[in-house]
Amino acid sequence: MTFDEFFVTGDPLILASQIAIGLTLIGLVALVSYLKRWKWLWREWFTTVDHKKIGIMYILAGVLMFFRGGVDGLLMRAQTSRPELQLLDAQHYDEIFTTHGVIMILFMAMPLLIGIMNVVIPLQIGARDVAFPKLNALSFWLFFAGAMLFNLSFVIGGSPDAGWTSYFPLAGKEFTPGVGNNYYAIALQIAGIGTLATGINFVVTIIKMRAPGMSWMKLPIFVWTTFITSIIIVAAFPIFTVALAYMSLDRLFGTHFFTVASGGDPMLWLNLFWLWGHPEVYIVVLPAFGMFSEVIATFARKNLYGYKSMVYAVAGIAFLSMLVWVHHFYTMGNSAAVNSIFSLTTMMIAIPTGVKIFNWLFTLRKGRIEFSTSMLWALAFIPCFTIGGVTGVMLAMAAADYQYHNTMFLVAHFHYVLIPGVVFAVFAGLYYWWPKMFGFKLNEKIGRWHFWLFVIGFNLTFMPMFFVGLDGMSRRMYTYSESTGWAPLLGLSAIGALIMAAGFAALCYNIYWSFRYASRDVGNDPWNGRTLEWATASPAPEYNFAVEPQVEQLDDFWHKKKQGKTGLKKSELKSVHMPSNSWTPIVLAVAFGVVGFFLVFEWFTLAVIASIGIIVGLVANSFDYDEGYHIEPEELEEEERKWRGDLQ
Amino acid sequence: MTAMKKLLYTFTLLLLPVFLAGCESKLLVFDPKGPIARSLTDLIIYSIIFMLVIVVVIFVLFGYFIWKYRARKDDGDFEPKEEKGNHWLEITWFTIPVLIVIALMIPTAKTIYEVEDVPQGYEEEEPLVIHVTSADWKWIFSYPDQDIETVNYINIPADHPVQFKMTSAGTMQSFWVPELAGQKYTMANMQTELYMVADKPGTFYGRNTNFNGQGYAHMTFDVEALEKDDFNEWVNDVKNTAYDLTEDQYGELLEPSVLGRMTFNGTHLDWIDHAHGGSEQYIDPELYKEYHQEGFQDGEVPVREIEQSGVREETDNEQETHQQHETEASEQGAHEHHDMEQDSESDTADHSHH
Repeated sequence: MTFDEFFVTGDPLILASQIAIGLTLIGLVALVSYLKRWKWLWREWFTTVDHKKIGIMYILAGVLMFFRGGVDGLLMRAQTSRPELQLLDAQHYDEIFTTHGVIMILFMAMPLLIGIMNVVIPLQIGARDVAFPKLNALSFWLFFAGAMLFNLSFVIGGSPDAGWTSYFPLAGKEFTPGVGNNYYAIALQIAGIGTLATGINFVVTIIKMRAPGMSWMKLPIFVWTTFITSIIIVAAFPIFTVALAYMSLDRLFGTHFFTVASGGDPMLWLNLFWLWGHPEVYIVVLPAFGMFSEVIATFARKNLYGYKSMVYAVAGIAFLSMLVWVHHFYTMGNSAAVNSIFSLTTMMIAIPTGVKIFNWLFTLRKGRIEFSTSMLWALAFIPCFTIGGVTGVMLAMAAADYQYHNTMFLVAHFHYVLIPGVVFAVFAGLYYWWPKMFGFKLNEKIGRWHFWLFVIGFNLTFMPMFFVGLDGMSRRMYTYSESTGWAPLLGLSAIGALIMAAGFAALCYNIYWSFRYASRDVGNDPWNGRTLEWATASPAPEYNFAVEPQVEQLDDFWHKKKQGKTGLKKSELKSVHMPSNSWTPIVLAVAFGVVGFFLVFEWFTLAVIASIGIIVGLVANSFDYDEGYHIEPEELEEEERKWRGDLQ
Repeated sequence: MTAMKKLLYTFTLLLLPVFLAGCESKLLVFDPKGPIARSLTDLIIYSIIFMLVIVVVIFVLFGYFIWKYRARKDDGDFEPKEEKGNHWLEITWFTIPVLIVIALMIPTAKTIYEVEDVPQGYEEEEPLVIHVTSADWKWIFSYPDQDIETVNYINIPADHPVQFKMTSAGTMQSFWVPELAGQKYTMANMQTELYMVADKPGTFYGRNTNFNGQGYAHMTFDVEALEKDDFNEWVNDVKNTAYDLTEDQYGELLEPSVLGRMTFNGTHLDWIDHAHGGSEQYIDPELYKEYHQEGFQDGEVPVREIEQSGVREETDNEQETHQQHETEASEQGAHEHHDMEQDSESDTADHSHH
C-alpha cells in the first residue's frame, strides 16, 4: 500500500480540512495541557459512570457530528445549486452523500436522543442511575470509537461511497475496491454494539428502577416512548449486527453472502438492512414524540390529552414498524399480493400517528400556551411533520411508488419526517432540559434566531425537492444539465441550506453566550414542570434525589407542588450507595477502535495482536470487585441546603 | 403574541409554492403519455386530494388552537383545567384515518394488479418483447424477435404494448420512464418485468434511479415511440446496415464506462442471459480500481468510443449510412436531445422541457 492510498490526498478542499482538523486537535491538546485539566478530564469525564455526564458527552458528540454531517449536506446542495457545476466530482459527491446519511442517522440523531434519554430517564423515574452504569459508559465509548473510526475515513484510506444504505452488489469489493466501505462495515458494527447495550440497559432500568408507586400507567410519556424504543433496539439491532458481519466477511475474507457470483444474494442484504433500517426510523422518532409530549404539556399548562391512547399508539407504531420493511423495495419485482400487503401495513402506521397528532392538538386546546423557544420547536413540529406524514402515506401506495421511488420526492419526504421529527425534538429537548443539565437556561432571544432561521431554511431546502422529484430527478445525482429545468428549484434549495446553517450557527453561539453570561439562578423548576426531574436541583446532583421519591399518580410532581408537599425532612436522609468510576469502558473502546482500524486495512496480524487489548479489558473487568461508595446524610444535607429553603 | 402570528404567516407563505407549482408547466409525473403511467398519475392525484384535506384540517385546527389559547398578559395567569381525554373524540380520530386508509387501499391494490399486466384495450395484441440489461453505466436493449440490439435508446412502436424483461450485468439499477411506465429494479441473476405503451409517437426520458457508482448521473436513455411502419422500417434499416455484435465487443460494452448510442445486429442473448447467472465472468474488479483511483477527472465525463468492427452484411458506405441512421433516430422526436455519440464533453443527465 502506497502513501497515496493510505492518506487521502490531492484535493485542495480535503487538504484544507485535514489541516484544520490537525490544528484543532493540536490546539485542544495544548489547551487542556495548559489548563492542567488532563487529570480532571480523566476523573470527571473519561471514567465517569454518571448517567448525566454520559448523556452530556453523547450530546456533545452528537452536536459535533451534526456539524460534520451538515457540512456534507451543504456541499451537496452547493454542488447541485447550478447545472453542471464542477465543485465536486462524481466520486467526492458519492462519498459525501454516503457519509452525510450515515452520520446524520447513526452519529447525530442517535447520540443526541440517547444523550437526552440518559440525562432525563433516570431522573423522571426517580432513580439514582441506570441499571448498569458501567455498561452505560461502555455504550457511550463504543459509540464514540465507532464514530471516530468512521470519520477517520475522511483523511485516511478514503470515505465509504455506496450510499448510507450500502446496497450490494455495489458495496461488494469487486465494485467498490477501496477501504471506504470497510470503514462502513466495521465502524457501524462497533457503534452498533454500544447502541444494543444501551437498549438493554434502558429496558432493565425502566422495568426495575422506577420509584415506589410509579406503576406503568403513571410513567411520564417520555419514559414510555424510551421504553418502547429500547425494545425496538433490542429487537432490530441484532439484525444489523448480522448483516454487517456478513458484509465484513464478504469484503475482508471473500465470502459470497451478497455477491453476484457464486450464489450470493444481494437481495438478502436489502432485506436484512431494512429489517433493521425501518425500525431504526422509529427508534429515532419515538423518543422524539415523547419529548414533544412533555414540552407541549408543560407549556400548554395542561396534562397530556389522551395519555392512555398515546401509550397504545406508541406501542402500535412499534409493532407495525417491524412489518413494513418491504416498502423500501416495492419496485423490486415483488408479486402484486406482497406489494398490496405491505402497502396496507405501511398505511396503517398513519392511524396511530394521526391519533398522536390529534392528542397533541387537543392538549393545546383550552390550555394557556407559552411560546418559549422549546415550545416553538414543538409547535413547528406539528405542521412540518404533517407534511412529512402525508407524503409518507403517498409513498406507501406501492403503485404510486413506481413514480416516487429513489427520486428527490422521497428525499424531501424523509427529511420532512426526520428533521421535524428528530432534530426539532432534540432542539426542544435541549432548550427544555438544559437548565437541568447545566444549571442555566439557553438564551431565549438568540433561541428565537436559531428557531426562525432553522425552520425557514429547512422548508426552503426541502420543499423544492418534492417538485424536482416529480419532475424526474432521482436522488444522488451529482450533476444535471440545464435543459432539465431543475436549476431554479435546486438553487432555492441551496439558499435554504445556507439559512439552515445560519440557524445552527445561532445555536452554537447561544451555547457559548449562555455559558458565559446566562443567570445561574434558575431554581430546581424553571419551567413549572410536571415530572420528577424538576423535583431536584439544577444541575442535578450526582445522587439525583436526596430521598427516593414516592409516586402516587401521573404527573406526581405537579400535584405535589399544588399540595405544597415537595419539602424534605432532615430525618429522611439516609446514606446513598453510588457506583465508582471505571477505566475499563474507555480502554475497551479504544481497543475496539484499534482492532477496527486494522481490520479496515485488512492487517490481520495487527488486528489479532490488538484484540488482546479487548480480552485483557474484559478479564480485568471481571475481576473488578469495587463495591462503590456511599454519600453520607451530612454531605447530602450540605448539598441540599444550597438550593432548598424548606429543609427542616 | 407576535411570535405566534409570525408562525402562522410563515407556514402560509411556505405553502404558496405548492399552489404556484400546480399552475406551472406540468411536472413529468403529472404528464403521462401512456395508459400505464396514466393509471399511476390518476392514483397519485386521487391520493393528493385526500392528503390536502388532511393537511388543511390539521393546519386549521393548529392555527386556531395556538391563536385562541395563547397566554395573554390579561388572562390573570389562569390555571387551565386538567382533562383526561374524551372517548368519543378519540374514537373519531381513530376511525376517520381507518376509513381514509381503506379509501386509499382499494384503488392502490387495483392499480398494483393493473400495472403488472398488459394494459386494458391492448389484450388482443401480441406485446413486443424487449430485454433490458443494465450495466455500469449504460443500458443495453435486446429485441430477440427482431434480432437486434441497441445501447442507450429504445425504439418502440406507438400504440402497441411492449413487455420489458429486465436484468442487470452487475450492480443494481432501476429502469424508470416517468411519462410511460414508472420504474422497476434490474438485478443480476433475476428477471423483473414491466409493461409499457406509448399513446403517440414521441421521445421520452428514461433514467436509472438506483445509485451504482460514478457514472450513475449519466445513466440515461431515450424511449422513442414511432409509427408502426416507421418502426418496421427502422428494424429493417438496422438489419441492413448495423454491425454484428460479437462476444468480444459485448465484453467491451460491459466494462465500466459511459457510452453514447449504439446499434447492433444480433443480440447477446445468444450467449448469455444475465437473468440466469454467468455475469461474474464479465466483471473485472481491476477496471473498477482504476476508476476508483482516477475517477471522472475534473468533472469531465469520459464517454468512451467503442470501435464497431466485425462482420457486416453490406460493406459500401457503411459509416455514412450508420451515422445517418443515428441522426435520423434522434430527430424523430419533437424534442432536442443530446446525442452522446456526438457530444461527449459533458453529457449530463438530461431530459428536455418544453
